[in-house]
Amino acid sequence: MRLLRRIGLVLAAPVLAIVFSVAVTSLVLLAIKASPLDTFSTMLNYAAQPRTQVLIINSAVTYYFAAVAVAVGFRMNLFNIGVDGQYRLAAMLAASVGGAVALPAPLHVVLILVTAMLVGGLWAAVAAVLKVRRGVSEVISTIMLNFIATGIIAYLLAPGRLAVTTQGSNNLGTKPIPPSGQVPGISLIPGTQAQVYGLIVLAILVGVAYWFVLGRTRFGFDLRATGMSEAAAVASGVDVRRMVLSAMVISGAVAGLVGMPQLLGASYTYSLDFPAGLGFTGIGIALLGRNDPVGIAVGCLLWGFLDNSAQILNLENIPVEIVQITQGIIVLSVVVAYELVRRYRVVAEQRDVARALAATPKDEPALAGGAGS
Amino acid sequence: MELRGITKRFPGVVANRDIDITVTRGTVHAIVGENGAGKSTLMKILYGMQRPDEGTIEVDGQQVTFANPSDAIARGIGMVHQHFMLADNLTVLENVVLGAEPRSGLRLDAATARRRIRELGEQYGLGVDPDALVEDLGVGERQRVEILKVLYRGARILILDEPTAVLVPQEVEDLFQALRELKSEGLSIIFISHKLDEVLGVADVITVIRRGTTVATVDPKDTTARQLAELMVGSELPSPATTESTVTDVPELTVEHLTLTVPGGRAVLDDVSLTIHRGEVLGIAGVEGNGQAELIETLLGTRTPTGGRILLGGEDITQWSTRRRREAGIGYIPEDRTRHGLLLEASLWENRILGHQTQAPNSRGPLIDRSGARDDTERIVREYDVRTPSVDVFASALSGGNQQKLIVGREMSNEPSVLLAAHPTRGVDVGAQAAIWEQLRAARARGLAVLLISADLDELIGLSDSLQVILRGRLVAAFDPQKVNPEQLGSAMTGAGGEAA
Repeated sequence: MRLLRRIGLVLAAPVLAIVFSVAVTSLVLLAIKASPLDTFSTMLNYAAQPRTQVLIINSAVTYYFAAVAVAVGFRMNLFNIGVDGQYRLAAMLAASVGGAVALPAPLHVVLILVTAMLVGGLWAAVAAVLKVRRGVSEVISTIMLNFIATGIIAYLLAPGRLAVTTQGSNNLGTKPIPPSGQVPGISLIPGTQAQVYGLIVLAILVGVAYWFVLGRTRFGFDLRATGMSEAAAVASGVDVRRMVLSAMVISGAVAGLVGMPQLLGASYTYSLDFPAGLGFTGIGIALLGRNDPVGIAVGCLLWGFLDNSAQILNLENIPVEIVQITQGIIVLSVVVAYELVRRYRVVAEQRDVARALAATPKDEPALAGGAGS
Repeated sequence: MELRGITKRFPGVVANRDIDITVTRGTVHAIVGENGAGKSTLMKILYGMQRPDEGTIEVDGQQVTFANPSDAIARGIGMVHQHFMLADNLTVLENVVLGAEPRSGLRLDAATARRRIRELGEQYGLGVDPDALVEDLGVGERQRVEILKVLYRGARILILDEPTAVLVPQEVEDLFQALRELKSEGLSIIFISHKLDEVLGVADVITVIRRGTTVATVDPKDTTARQLAELMVGSELPSPATTESTVTDVPELTVEHLTLTVPGGRAVLDDVSLTIHRGEVLGIAGVEGNGQAELIETLLGTRTPTGGRILLGGEDITQWSTRRRREAGIGYIPEDRTRHGLLLEASLWENRILGHQTQAPNSRGPLIDRSGARDDTERIVREYDVRTPSVDVFASALSGGNQQKLIVGREMSNEPSVLLAAHPTRGVDVGAQAAIWEQLRAARARGLAVLLISADLDELIGLSDSLQVILRGRLVAAFDPQKVNPEQLGSAMTGAGGEAA
């Protein structure tokens, strides 16, 4: 019974949020004189195709790194809005390193991944040091660092610096990574030539590591304790400044991986059209998945579904942007719903405990009047 | 204003019981009582921040209920908080009108506001320049701004919560002068304090609160500070008497010339030196806010002293981190358990780990030992009689007394050598209180050195082997708990004088 209710409580908020956002989206569709039912069934049919499923999974793999990076910060009440700048800078520098060296296959990939994590971690460390030493809010500094990252990338991604021009195109990109540094895809879904990013394995590993470190290690306990109550954590012996630094660097290192599926599995170069804005997608998904590794995975698949299956709507003369409304409302309503569920759970537990104890004899209520003084 | 039979319960605690107070128009009515006697709860009820479970409030003969402070303000009740609620970067005028702005069209009608503030200032002797920035004002002036704020909103009954705590003597005299002006204009003032001399100087009527209820209402003209102190602390014999002394001559915790200066140059700890031996309970008596919290925090390592040394078993730990001190055997029962002692939205067994993350049975190397922590939490729940259906519920689901038992059990579990105990039985019921006392005594017999801070003088006298009084960050008097009575201690605490034994 208790277990059932707990599962119910965990699922209640996201399910409510999705139902609500589908309802609102339907209203919007009605307003533009489109049939909600047709629209959703078109999307679902399109998503049922094997090729689309591969696209959905590939999007989800990329989102997963971004969402976990954000979630690491969230667990400590740190708001890393800088995932976006961290992964773009990391991807660009890792692509340059990968294109510049020749190494045996596994080492080459590892070098690129490590470079990306280092760059992401260091870029995030700038914000962490500013917070710890000067008290600068990480919300502000990471946003600003996003702009600085954009500037640095624009400066470095020029001919004669890190970029090479591709013949017959005015796109600029880093020197392509040779095959030894590429990660082959996996034919996961039958019935299509399209392959799933090989780095899906790394995404799963990151998810498991996230779960293990936070739930099973002392470090993770300290991190969560700091997030729940900084005052209590300090009294328990947690060095909060060091925790801020570590959490931010870990977040940045995971953020460094966001661009890797694309870089090592598809484009092999960081060019002007490299996907941007994934960091912000990660914030939404981390909220939806409630910083839980499995919840985030589900959120990533949902986001991947919405983003990819919406492409078909163009053919139906329905604006693709409709899914952005859906996504926005999901995030907004899930935040509200989680807070409601959280409050309900606290009250329900208090009531349960009181009821469970009512059976046992109670002490004389006393007049120790400390409350509030 | 009349209060009849006000009772307020919190889970496991009755904070107020059958409070009866009648405040006559045009008087200063003082409410005195020890820390934790229930004064603050009473004030929150009066100001609509909390609702009484029983009892009635009447204002001008009409029965009223306050759902929130706005209701209380509408009835002409104003509150001047102990900690000022002013925006430093706004002017006096802006602070006073904030939330009740006079408008002309959409604009703030500054001229009207300025005139009104000047009038109020002249009428009651509360002169403050309306255009000065609050950050440029001294403490006394800021308090006048607070009072102007409530007067501006039309208050006829002013509640002043410990108004003199932050003032220097000259400012206190100014404040009292203003209060007399207000009184003569027919306003009523409820004045909360535990500084007995001041209360006797300014009040027309004094009501004493002890253990959540009104014990007496007296006329200051025929009452002495000593009599008041007796009423405040009660004169029952101390119940938590320790049996025989277990004090050894081995110093466990030694503090030498500890000084802590806050930005601004004020010393919140001023040359504090003390020694606690193995098996000794050293009680620190003092009015709240005289450096007790800072002393504990400095010993725990969450604050860095500006001077002095701390020795644990002969080893200098002044530079140690909090974690290292915890590992070395410093246990901690915090004053505010929900803020410093618990993760409210974490399970009981996770709370067992808190503060002992690096120690068995909670962890093995860098990993958390979940089953070890769970089993040990089960043991604590059993041995310390924590009333809970399981160790998986959130800490927030427990009553205050049971949370406290969990904390005491946790801190005792890792065989501490020194225990920093701040108000270990605050807000817990009688049964839990006796159990906690018993645990402290047993640990003391095993050689534990305890630094005990408590607002309950009976508890202090009963448990301690030696007593020190702290006043404005200094240890000002030492007493032998065998020979002292609560009245003597109370007088020394409030600075009303008291002979050191």
